[in-house]
Amino acid sequence: MISISESLLREIREHGVRDYPYECCGLLLGRYEADGKVVNETYPISNAREESAKRNRFLIQPEELLRGEQYARSRQLEVVGFYHSHPDSPAVPSRYDLEHAWPTYSYIIISTSEGHAGDLYSWEQEADRSRFNQEELKVTTI
Amino acid sequence: MPVTITIPAPLRQFAGGQSQIVVDAQTAGEALDLLTATHAALRRHLFNDQNVLRNFVNVYLNDEDIRHASGPETPVKDGDTIMIVPSIAGGAVIESEVGQTLPELSNEEILRYSRHLIMPEVGMQGQRRLKAASVLMIGTGGLGAPVGMYLAAAGVGRIGIVDFDVVEESNLQRQIIHGTKDLGRRKIESARDRLRDINPHIEIETHESRLTSQNAMRLFRNYDIIVDGTDNFPTRYLVNDACVLSGKPNVYGSIFRFEGQASVFWAEKGACYRCLYPEPPPPGLVPSCAEGGVLGVLPGIVGAIQANETIKIILGAEDLLINRLLLFDAWPMKFREFKLRKDPKCPVCGEQPTIKELIDYEEFCGVAAHQTPQPDSKLEEISATELNARRLRGDKIQIIDVREPHEFEIARIPGTKLIPLGHVVSRMTEIDPEVETIVHCKGGVRSAKAIEALKRAGFSGRLINLKGGITAWSEDVDPGVAKY
Repeated sequence: MISISESLLREIREHGVRDYPYECCGLLLGRYEADGKVVNETYPISNAREESAKRNRFLIQPEELLRGEQYARSRQLEVVGFYHSHPDSPAVPSRYDLEHAWPTYSYIIISTSEGHAGDLYSWEQEADRSRFNQEELKVTTI
Repeated sequence: MPVTITIPAPLRQFAGGQSQIVVDAQTAGEALDLLTATHAALRRHLFNDQNVLRNFVNVYLNDEDIRHASGPETPVKDGDTIMIVPSIAGGAVIESEVGQTLPELSNEEILRYSRHLIMPEVGMQGQRRLKAASVLMIGTGGLGAPVGMYLAAAGVGRIGIVDFDVVEESNLQRQIIHGTKDLGRRKIESARDRLRDINPHIEIETHESRLTSQNAMRLFRNYDIIVDGTDNFPTRYLVNDACVLSGKPNVYGSIFRFEGQASVFWAEKGACYRCLYPEPPPPGLVPSCAEGGVLGVLPGIVGAIQANETIKIILGAEDLLINRLLLFDAWPMKFREFKLRKDPKCPVCGEQPTIKELIDYEEFCGVAAHQTPQPDSKLEEISATELNARRLRGDKIQIIDVREPHEFEIARIPGTKLIPLGHVVSRMTEIDPEVETIVHCKGGVRSAKAIEALKRAGFSGRLINLKGGITAWSEDVDPGVAKY
């Protein structure tokens, strides 16, 4: 399970709409708690893919992730997952997503279209890498 | 050498919950091997089935990516630290095959497609997708030839071909799907035989008819992808609109002289042909290949690009020619690319489309009006046989040939003077206005333009157009004059 506030979800949606028709991406910073992950902050990242591939690929360079992790540590937080958008596509992970993921992390996917943010789901990779499972998303009001 | 490996948070559950593990190794690769030997569950998250580090997994020795050093062979020193950092990649993929059962491949087919199968981008899954796919080719001419042959060879399970023409001698310079033995045969039969010979494992469906507004929707319905290999504007707009209305991708190619274009018009994902060219050019402005010529190998190159994109669509590949217009010039050997944008005001794929069913494309392109000679009484015409009779009678006439010098080299009507269309006005003084003038070209279009230009320039003599040009002369008067 992952807990995230309504206002952070709104930030993710806005990021997705802003970057349409390209994919947006960012880090989810928070804490691993006994009953799941809690997101305290989002950390938007500029999409490093070249223009032509931005529409359906995104990439957070390891250096950027390291910077994000450093920032998280300074706030006593950890990277608990990532978010990205699927422009004009459903908010379900693709096979490509599956091949490029690790378990435990939360992968929030948001479907975007022109000026509009659609479905938003969180996914977790099965420990044997075979598939993604939809993760319970608890929306808090803070 | 004892080195410390930092385990990333999400993988700690596979390393007994530890965040740092110390191993004694000589190289970075050995350190990871030792780590995953004790914590086997970790290995699949770092290495793929081929035992190669997954491409999104980065290993840093102190602060340097080992890929920038000697990879797994990078030596480690006492007290070094190793960090494992993912680069996060992902994204939407067209997963059209979800829920679809794909046909199996026979052992014969597996052998035939082995060069495909060993590439992960195709693989068994991709080859079965090719087998499950259906493609309709419009035309089996210069573009259709390589498209059909490569799609058949690649194992596209069902290929439909639409054509109504007969194989002629002048086709064989570029339409390599047909051979000399096929002269006079219907193109769909000749093409079908060639494709069957290339690959007996696929189905070939022939449609002997002109593509029309009446039959296009019905034909398109049974295929996944449409490949446009036509050579005229009315059919090009028809193919585009029918693709938009039926939601099919239109793999487009066109050729002229040394230049070619290719794109994928797929309204759901990007621009359509009308977003690029909302209106057809005025009739006669853009000459056809019959009029302007075409380098034989050019449709081979452009058609192969169309086949390539078709296969990529079927395989669900990225980076299709969607919203991209590829321009190719064979003479300087240059490729260029233009970005296309979907036009929100496009009459067929825009936000408020006005074209909701197929229209009369001959009329739209002004071809119908163009082909029937205008009631414009100003253009006088003469047939080849009449002209011949007048010459035999000894009438005082002069014949001006407005074709290009290289065409003059191929064939000529005896006793004519060559002034190419582009020079006809500047060299007007070479034409005697006191004598009746017959103007001719290959088929009668350029000579009509020459007459118009001369009249506008104030030429005072009588000008008569040879109907059907030198082609009619060869057919009706002197078969010794070569047709081209």
